[in-house]
Amino acid sequence: MGNLFNNYEEACAIILFGIGFTTLLLHRNMIKKIIGFSMMDSAIYLFLAAKGYIAGRKAPIVVSVSVTALMLALTVRLYRRYHTLDIDEITMQARREEA
Amino acid sequence: MAKQRNDYENSWFPRLQRWIAQGGTRLSDQMTEELSEASDAHRVLSAEDVARREVEQAVHQLEIQEHEAALYERAHQWGRTKGAKLIRAFYAVLAVLMCVSVIAVLLTTVSNLPSFGGENNPINNEVSQRYIEKGLQETGAVNIVAGMILDYRAFDTLGESHVLFIAACAVMILLRLSDSGDPRQLSRERMEAEANDRLYEPKNDIILQRVAGILVPIIMLFGVYVLFNGHLGPGGGFSGGAVIGAGLILYLNAYGFAATERFFTIKTFRAVSFIALAFYALAKSYSFFCGANHLNSGIGLGTPGDIFSSGLILYLNIAVGMVVACTMYAFYTLFRKGDM
Repeated sequence: MGNLFNNYEEACAIILFGIGFTTLLLHRNMIKKIIGFSMMDSAIYLFLAAKGYIAGRKAPIVVSVSVTALMLALTVRLYRRYHTLDIDEITMQARREEA
Repeated sequence: MAKQRNDYENSWFPRLQRWIAQGGTRLSDQMTEELSEASDAHRVLSAEDVARREVEQAVHQLEIQEHEAALYERAHQWGRTKGAKLIRAFYAVLAVLMCVSVIAVLLTTVSNLPSFGGENNPINNEVSQRYIEKGLQETGAVNIVAGMILDYRAFDTLGESHVLFIAACAVMILLRLSDSGDPRQLSRERMEAEANDRLYEPKNDIILQRVAGILVPIIMLFGVYVLFNGHLGPGGGFSGGAVIGAGLILYLNAYGFAATERFFTIKTFRAVSFIALAFYALAKSYSFFCGANHLNSGIGLGTPGDIFSSGLILYLNIAVGMVVACTMYAFYTLFRKGDM
């Protein structure tokens, strides 16, 4: 435990990651899931930046933007098709259509 | 020891052998019996029999279907009421437990990491030292970050530009509305999108237009400056491209699609992205090829600090910036209207 308070930035990044992960798992709204995912993304960049504090690196924001855009596009498609953002509702409707 | 089967005589291979030995004509006794039974029962079927049997079958089928529908409905009802609550509570508890354990494991790891910002951390090794000491001499870029991402690790940046481009393509596939086939006539989806756009987005807002008229040129100039100055100071392709993309989006918001479509359509997007990515790939392939084979590439590094210096970095920055600007603008227009 000795280094945990010394490494407070990394610890912060990890806790942020956990909050994002919990959001991703607990919420049924797709947009909130995407927000959780973005939080996990940013937490990882914070972690990397904190690790490379001396070397001084550039945060790779590009991949995050692309992934978020792709997920939002898929959500828009799903909303147009099922008129809801609730993932359980979407799954149920899809199953009913299959049956 | 080989495994011996108890009923070897009745397995398929001896039966095949017997069948071949008998000339391949006779059926086994059981099969003959089955055949004769069947022929006995099905010899004569009157039209009445057939009709009755069909009705019976249809009724049976209906019963099965009703039974299945009832089961399905019950399962759904259960999922909507009591079961749903139970499962959700169970799921939430499990999810929280899992997250807490993940955080605990990661925090344990963090507590064992070398302390934050220490000078002797393993991450501060000879690689970064070399970048810092020899970067200017080897790449000619005053900005070490630009030298790293566009010279030492240019391949990585090429991949990142492609990630952006592919993401834009995927969003386009997902969100682009279908054409009606006739170029003079808009499809129904497109007309609806236009109507929605007219309803929800600002049109001819005088304040926005005045402010944009002043700001857009400045934003564009600043973006170009950041783009062209990437090897001399903070900035570069990604940031400059993002600034230019933001300027384009502001212009679109103020003056509408009619104004931007004069100079930026999907054809522009295709052409600019393709040319930029192809130029990046070709130029960097040439430079890698020459470097790996110890040939003189003919690309001088110039005087450090000059605008035309540091070899290919300036041109690669421009290429990356164009891809980023196009992609940002494409994301915005696709999400707003489903077209460019």
